[in-house]
Amino acid sequence: MEKVDCIIVGGGLAGLSAAYGLASEGLEVMVVERGDYSGAKNVTGGRLYLSPIRDIYPELWESAPFERPVTRELVTLMGDGASTTIELASDRFATAPHQSYTVLRARLDQWLADQVMEKGGMVITKNRVDEILMEGDKVIGIRAGGDDIGADVTIIAEGVLGLLSSKVGLREQPTARDHALGYKEILELPSSVIQDRWHLNEGEGAAHLFMGEVTKGMMGGGFLYTNKDSISLGIVVGMEAMRERTEKVESHTLLDAFKELPHIRPLVEGGTLVEYSAHAIPEGGIAKVPKLFGDGYLMVGDAAGLALNALLTVRGMDFAIASGFYAARAVADAKNRGDCSAAGLAQYEQSLRSSFVLKDLETAKEIPHIMENPRLFTHYPQAVSGLLEKLYTIGPHPSQKLSSTVIGGVRKDFMNARTLKELLAMRKI
Amino acid sequence: MNIEAKLGLDVFKIDKERHITIDVEVCNRVCTDKACLYVCPAHLYEIDDQGNNTVNFEGCLECGTCLISCDHQALDWHYPRGEYGVQYRMG
Repeated sequence: MEKVDCIIVGGGLAGLSAAYGLASEGLEVMVVERGDYSGAKNVTGGRLYLSPIRDIYPELWESAPFERPVTRELVTLMGDGASTTIELASDRFATAPHQSYTVLRARLDQWLADQVMEKGGMVITKNRVDEILMEGDKVIGIRAGGDDIGADVTIIAEGVLGLLSSKVGLREQPTARDHALGYKEILELPSSVIQDRWHLNEGEGAAHLFMGEVTKGMMGGGFLYTNKDSISLGIVVGMEAMRERTEKVESHTLLDAFKELPHIRPLVEGGTLVEYSAHAIPEGGIAKVPKLFGDGYLMVGDAAGLALNALLTVRGMDFAIASGFYAARAVADAKNRGDCSAAGLAQYEQSLRSSFVLKDLETAKEIPHIMENPRLFTHYPQAVSGLLEKLYTIGPHPSQKLSSTVIGGVRKDFMNARTLKELLAMRKI
Repeated sequence: MNIEAKLGLDVFKIDKERHITIDVEVCNRVCTDKACLYVCPAHLYEIDDQGNNTVNFEGCLECGTCLISCDHQALDWHYPRGEYGVQYRMG
């Protein structure tokens, strides 16, 4: 059996990040990617938070094909026929170094694959890994296209579904409760139109999230990110939430309805639809992170459930890149010591625990439970928008005192046992 | 734009070999919900004239939502072979 130092299953951001680290150390590394090119099977909303990973591979980011730095953050709470938008325009977000960028995966991942190859790493595309090869509890390599290839360490970067690793018992199969479906349209718009429409200076970008009616009250939300010459407009919806809803909704129709909303239509007007894509998203939080290492293997990125939806911030790619980085360090050290057993690779989990990756997931551990409450996507967006609508309304009859309207609204929608209990529970997040 | 037209914008390299197979017997006998019919973002599942569930695997976006949402193991679902399936140009 042909053998290399390290095989990486999947050429997405986690796998490529690991490959880049290993190739930089001079190790023999082979990435096996099933797409025609890296990124061909990958989808983001999306935005990459660069701040947490800027110091990892600091030389890399200067040349990265980012779309726009996000300088404007918007969130809309959508009630029934009325919605409330909060907008944050921060001078700090508009000043370099920028904390986050909108990205497109086919571009970003191909670029990272090029960087890996420049460092001497192998990226083999158009090849699906068919099996993870085991010898007892030890991972010894892979089978792809009828060939067996051995490795001292196999890094499993196969993505959210974990088809190969769950088959050999390295993790559980994904469940509807812990996963969401994300899907989006890319609509091309001239750069100048994007800047006018979202009140941006040249080169700057906006990120806009939507909660409430957009998912018909199901867990999830809508998103809109501005790219260089396009926008990414899409929906994330909990898989269990879709199944639990009494009146079933065909997922694809949510996006059409979203585009038709009176306050969204002018934003997408004139956009040319060029691509429709979909992907599953891990949302189980730290409770669903599998065993991260064992004899001869490490798990990174989405395959390890390393993603965090914290309502206002949605992250995954930064975790993927960081986990790849720490995986590479652990493998390089294990190789130096000549011990690629679980004990030899244990440093990987320790580094994740002392880095933002597992720390942020730990901090956010209550969020998945809070998000299971459907009222977050029905009652609250409606209550906020309903109250504001009342405050702005001048009817044919004499108006109430402003304070009475506010107190009445707050009393009705927020000062009841159920809501107070929920707000109390939200302290945990 | 309807869903078929949207899928028409994507690049697909279609394999002769199907990568999704429905166990129709399990699907008919056990499953009352048929979540695949409404969760699939490409709307690929349909009940045919004989009342059997069918899937147009050619337009699959490979998200795996149908697989995750099926409680009855009625789907034999794997990724298309290397070189086949959807190839996102933007992602």
